[in-house]
Amino acid sequence: MRTVNLESQKNGTMSKAKEKSAKKRVVEEDDDQLPIFDKDVTEKKAGEEDDADLSDSEESVFSGLEDSESDSHDEEEDAEEGDDEEDDDDAVILDEILTKSSGVETATEPPATDKNTPTDIRNTVGNIPMEWYQDYPHIGYNLDGKKIFKPIRNKDELDEFLDKMENPDYWRTVHDKTTASDIRLSDEQVDLVHRLQKGQFGDVNFNEYEPSVDFFTNEVMIHPVTNRPQDKRSFIPSLIEKEKVSKLVHAIKMGWIKPRKPKETTPQYYDLWAKEDPNAILGRHKMHVPAPKMRLPGHEESYNPPPEYLLTEEERMAWEQQDAEDRKLPFLPQKHSCLRAVPAFSRFIHERFERCLDLYLCPRQRKMRVNVNPEDLIPKLPKPKDLQPFPTTMSLVYIGHSSLVRSISASPTGQWLVSGSDDCTVRFWEVNTGRCMKTLEVGGAVKSVAWNPNPAVCLVAVCFESTVLLLNPGLGDRLVVSSTDQLITSYEPPEEDKEQAVTWALSEGPEHDNGHRLTLTHPKAVKQVVWHGKGDYLASVMPDNSSNLQVLIHQVSKRRTQNPFRKNKGLVQCVSFHPLRPYFFVATQRYVRVYNLIKQELTKKLMTNCKWISSMAIHPGGDNLICGSYDCRLAWFDLDLSTKPYKMLRHHKKALRGVAYHKHYPLFASGADDGSVIICHGMVYNDLLQNPLIVPVKVLKGHQITHDLGVLDVTFHPTQPWVFSSGADATIRLFT
Amino acid sequence: MGGLQKKKYERGSATNYITRNKARKKLQLSLADFRRLCILKGIYPHEPKHKKKVNKGSTAPRTFYLLKDIRFLLHEPIVRKFREYKVFVRKLRKAYGKAEWTAVERLRDNKPGYKLDHIIKERYPTFIDALRDIDDALSMCFLFSTFARTGKCHVQTITLCRRLTVEWMNYVVTSRSLRKVFISIKGIYYQAEVLGQLITWLVPYQFAHDHPTDVDYRVMATFTEMYTTLFGFINFRLYQTLNLVYPPKLDSKAESELKAEHEEDYAMDSESYLEKLSALSASLARVVATAEEEEENQLDQFPADGEDLENMEAREKEQKEQEAQNRLFEGLKFFLNREVPRESLAFILRCFGAEVSWDKSLCIGGTYNVTDETITHQIVDRPDIDKQYINRYYIQPQWVFDSVNAKMRLPVEDYFLGVTLPPHLSPFVEEKDGDYVPPEKLKLMALQRGEKHVQEEEEDDDDDDDDEEYNDEVDDEDLTEEKNLKKMEDQRSQGKQTLAVKVTPGKVKPWETGSVGNKVRLEKEEKAEEKRLAIMMMKKKEKYLYDKIMFGKKRTTREANKLAAKRKAHEDTSKAEKKQKKAKKQ
Repeated sequence: MRTVNLESQKNGTMSKAKEKSAKKRVVEEDDDQLPIFDKDVTEKKAGEEDDADLSDSEESVFSGLEDSESDSHDEEEDAEEGDDEEDDDDAVILDEILTKSSGVETATEPPATDKNTPTDIRNTVGNIPMEWYQDYPHIGYNLDGKKIFKPIRNKDELDEFLDKMENPDYWRTVHDKTTASDIRLSDEQVDLVHRLQKGQFGDVNFNEYEPSVDFFTNEVMIHPVTNRPQDKRSFIPSLIEKEKVSKLVHAIKMGWIKPRKPKETTPQYYDLWAKEDPNAILGRHKMHVPAPKMRLPGHEESYNPPPEYLLTEEERMAWEQQDAEDRKLPFLPQKHSCLRAVPAFSRFIHERFERCLDLYLCPRQRKMRVNVNPEDLIPKLPKPKDLQPFPTTMSLVYIGHSSLVRSISASPTGQWLVSGSDDCTVRFWEVNTGRCMKTLEVGGAVKSVAWNPNPAVCLVAVCFESTVLLLNPGLGDRLVVSSTDQLITSYEPPEEDKEQAVTWALSEGPEHDNGHRLTLTHPKAVKQVVWHGKGDYLASVMPDNSSNLQVLIHQVSKRRTQNPFRKNKGLVQCVSFHPLRPYFFVATQRYVRVYNLIKQELTKKLMTNCKWISSMAIHPGGDNLICGSYDCRLAWFDLDLSTKPYKMLRHHKKALRGVAYHKHYPLFASGADDGSVIICHGMVYNDLLQNPLIVPVKVLKGHQITHDLGVLDVTFHPTQPWVFSSGADATIRLFT
Repeated sequence: MGGLQKKKYERGSATNYITRNKARKKLQLSLADFRRLCILKGIYPHEPKHKKKVNKGSTAPRTFYLLKDIRFLLHEPIVRKFREYKVFVRKLRKAYGKAEWTAVERLRDNKPGYKLDHIIKERYPTFIDALRDIDDALSMCFLFSTFARTGKCHVQTITLCRRLTVEWMNYVVTSRSLRKVFISIKGIYYQAEVLGQLITWLVPYQFAHDHPTDVDYRVMATFTEMYTTLFGFINFRLYQTLNLVYPPKLDSKAESELKAEHEEDYAMDSESYLEKLSALSASLARVVATAEEEEENQLDQFPADGEDLENMEAREKEQKEQEAQNRLFEGLKFFLNREVPRESLAFILRCFGAEVSWDKSLCIGGTYNVTDETITHQIVDRPDIDKQYINRYYIQPQWVFDSVNAKMRLPVEDYFLGVTLPPHLSPFVEEKDGDYVPPEKLKLMALQRGEKHVQEEEEDDDDDDDDEEYNDEVDDEDLTEEKNLKKMEDQRSQGKQTLAVKVTPGKVKPWETGSVGNKVRLEKEEKAEEKRLAIMMMKKKEKYLYDKIMFGKKRTTREANKLAAKRKAHEDTSKAEKKQKKAKKQ
């Protein structure tokens, strides 16, 4: 009888056997066809699922090992021969993974030494699907290369069935496909299978619940655990270690590895400035600005300050309501009676921190502190004393008008003064006494009066509403008065009467007795009249922004009127004749235009840099001009120098109303709404290279401010260094 | 017309400045590191004159640095250290994350550090430069040394600060260079004159700090790092100049005296030496043991004449005064009660040559007891004391401070126990003409000039006299100007009211016939008028400046007047109260 020995490599005696327990036939023992196994033969039985014969076998397959017969073994196994069964069982291993597909090809054991089986019928085809051999008579080759033939008759379904029915061992028979033989499992093998199925140990005798014995006990034993003598290598130094150590030593020697230094916690100080170079610029550059030092504390920071430094209740409230940046003091001064009562300052760290921030975040700048004595800033001017004469004191007040006096004018002899007021009167005063010589009622508020500068003619031009009246006041020399009358009556109208812009009318009757001589009726309201230096020509201004008929020039002797301008160049404020040459000055709101009357062209346009010109006066020399403006400025033009102001004087606090030059003395005056008249010394040199010298010499006050108006007009005495001023307080004042 | 068109912002001031962000990118540093670098190197932003030009046409608010500064930073070795530190932190974090504790330890051991020595040398090429800039360092170190050992910064920093400040105080004591002291509500100000430099610092009161949350302590710590380095080197050098051992050692003699039997109870061994040093009660060891440090450095007499001679005399006088001040408390023996700030008072008293001691339980280093009969002054800050010795003064601490500032021993009567103290004045205020001078200061000045202390009743008159005297000292020019100013103001204010009076016709002024006084007045008026007219002719720019100066002057006078008025009101009320009290008593 042959038994199947399935061995696996692992334990040397292990093989795999597959059991299809339910469907396999029992291996016929006497079947001569069956190959005879040596115990060493490794049998592999792959339970091929797709195998037709074993179609429905898919359950677990076990590998078993049997060594029922006493066989020849290796030397090792020989030692345990007596206990072979146990040994076998030991070696059985459940290998589920291997069961499914083809198992691992097992290495061959040394050739069998069994005498009963001289031929090795082990199949050598390897792990291949056996259906490849379906069409062949053999199923493989044995070790000698001889074909292993299939059994002559394959079992068919019927045989199978019969076998199943008849063979009592059918359930323990497995089919080995590689050898095409059936193998009947022995009892031990079946037992093994059962045990493994239950998950028990394969070895029957293995007691899994044995008490464990510690290898090392806690008791100290007198003998060593092993009796083995110590190795020689434990006595001699290790070469490998030596090599490693020498490497480290070398690295240390070379300075590649540094020994761990003890940490130095305290910094080392030495004489850093032992070799200092006083000339060294600060490392970076010369633009370094050292940080300013902290402000030193004042009395108010004391813990016990003088009482005046403590804040009162209101001040404290104000301090608390202020923003931190706005506060003058960053802390509240406090008084403590003794040192022990002083608490910690709560903002100490804050302040230090802010200082830090200042040091590294604030841009630094060198600020040039002007350490200048304010006295040095004041310009050195000649003393007013040296510039005398000029009016210094108010000597006369001419009282009589009942409303503001708009305009005044002195007679060329300097004996009389005429004034026109808003109370619709023109008054004639004697300068030296302040006596009102004559009062004339006119038909409206008088805007402007002008005394004829020709001493041989006694005529006064008065303008109100749209009329310009030429008066003969009848003052002074009788001869002059009568000659003036004669001059007016001697007029003979020309043959061809030209259409004029103005109607000239001779006064008669009571008006004539009052002194009215000629009435010039203008188409529009007249604001200003001004005489030419010779006294024959007269210019009147009718400010109107929309027409070219703003300025008219009249010739008294010929009773002729002409309009010199064809175009409107802006609202005309005032006009003036050049004292010597045929020039005509027209001041519009911002510019002064100088026209040549003979050539009939614009010669100059002066930029005043003012917003609104109020008045204008021309130096008797004719090369200089002053302009007063409502924006508190007085501009001095040197006509030879430039069209821009030579000097801009901002002496007045309010709008300038009138400016005037003195005929002979180097003086000019300006009157303004602040009620003051400022007299300046304005010396014009004949030398063209020398600029005019302007020195304010006197501020004259006297006029009272009424309705926000102060001085309305100023004019100089023609011969004396006196100045007249008329004001909104209905008075005229004389300063000498 | 040839040539390439010049591009905008490639020349001129636009190229001299760099914005902060660009600078940061150029240096490849994070903002925090950049700031730290700026602090250490003393780089600060600059305000360009034409901001819009520099900002390339934009008006956005930006911080500008000088490009030169930033270039200069590029070569700084510290920058590399910063980068190394960044790497170190990264490695450490990684090691922590992997729980590799050996690696952590190794990294910790090799933590990259840096030294600031070269920066100090670079920022302060000479010693005097460094000394000039030490004010902030001192204040900061004094502040840090009062911090608690837990929390806000490293303990090493705090101990180092403490050590340095103690060294500094010892130096000041030894060199006797303290000049002024001032108790303010913030802390105590000290001013010392070291090598000709006036150095002022502020020490907070000894209280626990209520740490504010809106303060970046890292910034302060960086500053402190720099300051401690600077301060250490300065201390070293200063000790060297005095031939003292650095780090300071107590005199062997003093040390043996100070040997207390229960030293170890008081402090740990490591700290007790510092504590002994900070007691300030013993002198320091010298490198070369001079017999007595009293070498009078007399000024040599140089042959000089005229102005030089005057200068010389002035200098000599000054030095004599200085020496007298240094010996202010010499020969006096003080005892500090436990409630007074020991360190501050011990420091001041020792600076002026006094002997100081205190209760043994208060601090280490007390040399004698309360019971010592030779004690001349005991400083007490409580309303009354039980057991009083008859041969010593019991005074309040303000006496010491006021005496130091007055450069003389003030009369002790005002400072006895329970007495209302006179106001404590700031010694740093130097009144210019026109400023308000508190009457106490005037009194003190009189005292310094050697005038007798007058009785209370006469005080008011005295004050007036002083006022006058003081005014006499004022420069005449300024005085007249002041008067002119006031007059002008008066005129202006009265202008409207007196108009009617002025205009009265026919009233000719008595030009020639007037008396002498009248003439003088007229002359003055004339001058004022002249000036006013001249002012009218000023140029716009100068006028502006002039107005500004005048405004400032007026403001100071106004403030002074306000203070004077306040004082007067206060005195009136206090007098009234006194009278009432008297009346009640009677």
